[in-house]
Amino acid sequence: MAVVESPMAGKVFEILVEVGQSVAEDDELLILEAMKMENPVYAPEDGVVKEIKVEVGKNVDEGDVLMVLE
Amino acid sequence: MDIVLNMWSSMSFSSLYWGHCVMWAIAFLLIYLAIKKGYEPLLLLPIAFGILLVNLPSDIMKPGEGLLWYFYHYGEEWAIIPPLIFLGIGAMTDFGPVIANPKTLLLGAGAQGGVYLAFLAALLLGFDVCQAAVIGIIGGADGPTTIFLSSKLAPELMGVCAVAAYSYMALVPIIQPPIMRLLTTEDERKIRMKSLRKVSKTEKIFFPIITAIVIILIVPDAAALMGMFCFGNLLRESGVTERLSNAAQNELMNIATIFLGISVGATMPAEVFLTPKVIYIFILGVLAFGFATACGLLLAKFMNLFLKEKINPLIGAAGVSAVPMAARVVHKVGSEADRKNYLLMHAMGPNVAGVIGTAVAAGMFLSVLK
Repeated sequence: MAVVESPMAGKVFEILVEVGQSVAEDDELLILEAMKMENPVYAPEDGVVKEIKVEVGKNVDEGDVLMVLE
Repeated sequence: MDIVLNMWSSMSFSSLYWGHCVMWAIAFLLIYLAIKKGYEPLLLLPIAFGILLVNLPSDIMKPGEGLLWYFYHYGEEWAIIPPLIFLGIGAMTDFGPVIANPKTLLLGAGAQGGVYLAFLAALLLGFDVCQAAVIGIIGGADGPTTIFLSSKLAPELMGVCAVAAYSYMALVPIIQPPIMRLLTTEDERKIRMKSLRKVSKTEKIFFPIITAIVIILIVPDAAALMGMFCFGNLLRESGVTERLSNAAQNELMNIATIFLGISVGATMPAEVFLTPKVIYIFILGVLAFGFATACGLLLAKFMNLFLKEKINPLIGAAGVSAVPMAARVVHKVGSEADRKNYLLMHAMGPNVAGVIGTAVAAGMFLSVLK
């Protein structure tokens, strides 16, 4: 199980995966917007998306849990 | 036959000259860079179209008559738009990385070296001391502050200096990366940075209030810019004015950008723009800007000699105050070396400090020269 933490403060701009979807390491999981710049967040390892803890438009801080992979 | 002749004379072909064509070429180049290359299109495209409009023979920039002249006069000569932009930037800015890692503030101060270099060089080239100060401020790559200072010290240079400053802000993604790659190693660019600690909401609320008080007491001439900047940030951090914060950073910022961009472009008619003086100003500006970038990078590398937790030297380049373009460029160059490296917020520390640094430098010029 791997926890995907937010690498930076920002706003969730787009979520690119769904619960149950298989992802490979370095796949883009979601896009964070900060300073009008869209920043992809990558999967830390291979796995299946177990839980998505955020929704589009939510502000997150660095270190907040965005998703749980399994 | 008369009708045809009348129609011809009411058209403006006869007042065209070669300079207009040169300016069209510049406008088309900027439009191309904005659309095809994506270089700061939000600023560059309005500026480019402003350049095109003012170099078609018409009354659009005629004082007291033309549409773009009104935009320019009330927006920039009255210095209303720059503080509105600062309001939006304040609302967009997260001071968290600065509060958690205050030493990054030094980088913003270090990068002001470019301002003083350009000031001295402009004096040597024969500009008077007030004009040299305004040209120096271009080195901070801070458009709003440049317009402010020139409206007080050298109004005759306002248009040209505004264009130079905004051009360099738009050209941040072109000018900075080569200098950044030259002065850093691949390994240095890969350094990942962590936030040192969680910053509390109380700290974030007090930061803009205290910053406003301190800066305005020390540099009263920076009050309009810094006041709006800190106010915007307070709207963001208070947590109770989200609507105002959103308006400041989205709708208001976008509206201000439209008026600013097109009217700054409109200060570049061929007669004014294609003179040797303007070329000097642009050359001095780019030298100052490159030097400021290098100062920031080298200061960051120097600081790393003493730091246990290394900083990524790229963030030094964000000490030029093109907010938030310089921070974005740092982030981009950093993620080219390691795509999981998120430097954006760390670069905002020096970047924000750069704005404050340039505003302070402008205030110092003002208090000495006014």
